[in-house]
Amino acid sequence: MSVAERMGFFTDTSICIGCKACEVACKEWNAIPTDGLDLLGMSFDNTGQLDANTWRHVAFVEQTHDGDLRWLMSSDVCKHCTHAACLDVCPTGSLFRTEFGTVVVQEDICNGCGYCVPACPYGVIDQRQGDGRAWKCTMCYDRIRAGGDGGRAGSGGGLMPACATACPTESIQYGPLDELRDRAARRLEQLHGEGVAQARLYGHDPADGVGGDGAFFLLLDDPEVYGLPPDPVVTTRDLPAMWRRAGLAALAMAAAVVASFVGGSS
Amino acid sequence: MKSYYGRQIVKTPVWRPDIPAYLFCGGLAAGSALLAAGADLTRRPALRRSGRLTALGAVAAGAAFLIHDLGRPARFHHMLRVVKPTSPMSIGTWTLTAFGPAAGLAAAAELTGVAPAAGRAAGLAAAGLAPALATYTAVLLADTAVPSWHEAYPQLPFAFAGSALASAAGAGLLAAPTAEAGPARRLAVAGAAMELAASHRLASTLGLTGEPYRSGRAGALLRASQALTAAGIAGAVLGGARRDSRRRRARLVSALSGAALLAAGALTRFGIFAAGVASTKDPRYTVVPQRARLEQSAADAGGGAGGRAPAGSADDERGAVGPGRDQLADDRVARDLPGDEEPA
Repeated sequence: MSVAERMGFFTDTSICIGCKACEVACKEWNAIPTDGLDLLGMSFDNTGQLDANTWRHVAFVEQTHDGDLRWLMSSDVCKHCTHAACLDVCPTGSLFRTEFGTVVVQEDICNGCGYCVPACPYGVIDQRQGDGRAWKCTMCYDRIRAGGDGGRAGSGGGLMPACATACPTESIQYGPLDELRDRAARRLEQLHGEGVAQARLYGHDPADGVGGDGAFFLLLDDPEVYGLPPDPVVTTRDLPAMWRRAGLAALAMAAAVVASFVGGSS
Repeated sequence: MKSYYGRQIVKTPVWRPDIPAYLFCGGLAAGSALLAAGADLTRRPALRRSGRLTALGAVAAGAAFLIHDLGRPARFHHMLRVVKPTSPMSIGTWTLTAFGPAAGLAAAAELTGVAPAAGRAAGLAAAGLAPALATYTAVLLADTAVPSWHEAYPQLPFAFAGSALASAAGAGLLAAPTAEAGPARRLAVAGAAMELAASHRLASTLGLTGEPYRSGRAGALLRASQALTAAGIAGAVLGGARRDSRRRRARLVSALSGAALLAAGALTRFGIFAAGVASTKDPRYTVVPQRARLEQSAADAGGGAGGRAPAGSADDERGAVGPGRDQLADDRVARDLPGDEEPA
């Protein structure tokens, strides 16, 4: 396996029109089963969240300020974290990091232990009912490593992921992560210059709690407005401290047993 | 606090009641292996016998619960493909894989009377692994994005260690004759005290993420556990004090206290599990502490940022939360707050 450039998504929500072509293309290409029809009463969002059967989710936020309506739309996806908790805690090695720096579940290895599900700070990966295994976005691993097409993917030579291919406004951009970060910084500068002070990047910073996301965003409001955690931290960052506390407790346990046998008359 | 239609952010664990049941069984097995080893070394054959048999029964039941909970139980052996230090479940699987056969050998030697020396060696090996078996589960829960588990990582191992000891001592008090039950009695008190102290700290020191330990179903389970634990301590002490005069009643009191401690151990595990689950279902537990952390680091970075209020307490639920990091930087330039660098 050769190491390719780290690939990523930059989702510029300022030009998302909420068409959900990404959701549909993702479902179609990856042959993801239906969740059934459910009307949630949340603007045009009847998908609700990312889960085992939804790998792109378009959020619809309706805001009213002084009688003016603002509609925010954002296509959420697995963040393919630099420090990925799901990958860290997976006990089977089913989750792995690809040559593109993405995080993918091997469906022939996963035994459905479910540990990755509560480990993800974004609530992305989930167990599929009736199947038992964990599923999430693969950044179309099969497409992006398909060589020879020379397609529209830039470096790597493969096809673009289905969502980015389907996106009619280029709100979802796929490419080498370094390039995407540069492009996002320029876009942010442009928006600030146009007076859109609320624009901010999310998940772009390699110094954040997950070491930066492989899929990052330009948002127009606080992350929690879109259902994103404002300051996610990979849980395994604290793992050494956790083991130290467990070691102390284990010592206390052994000491209590010894004391119970040596101290006392019967 | 802002949210997306009040929906949760982190996922609720997909684990079924098998997992808290395993937490209890694993703790009981670990504590019983320790008690059996102590009884073996101090020549208390009845206490040793009950400890070895309880350890094997509990670890077998625990393993069954674990496998049953898998989405693909037939692939349980995929756990043995890798050894992963970053995965507490991997470390725990290997600990359990070593502990189980050791506990099994010790119990087999006990039942058959064959090869007592090998039985002792196996029993001591199981006891050596027991503290790890009883406490890794606390790391397993804490090593998630579940707010009330992750933030509780300093306390959870002590709650689990104490609960494991109290449960095992409870089983010893139920099974062993009064003449050999002294160590179980003392261990009951020590373990129960450790468990009570840790669960008190869970509910009282965690701020907002401690709330699920106090309220709802989890709070009720944990309060019931504490009441039973207190009763178990009292029974363990009383059952020992009267052993010469009224032996039959003392035996009964000991057995009842043992049963109370076992029930308390199970309730503790189900209560802690339920608290974590509850903390995933309300985005408050995810957003408010993270927002407070961001505001704190922004305030630190900005040299106090003028008259801005300090980062809200964890219970802060203001409608208008602070802006994000990028926005904050813009704000500081715009408002010319102190502590800013000159624009380049």
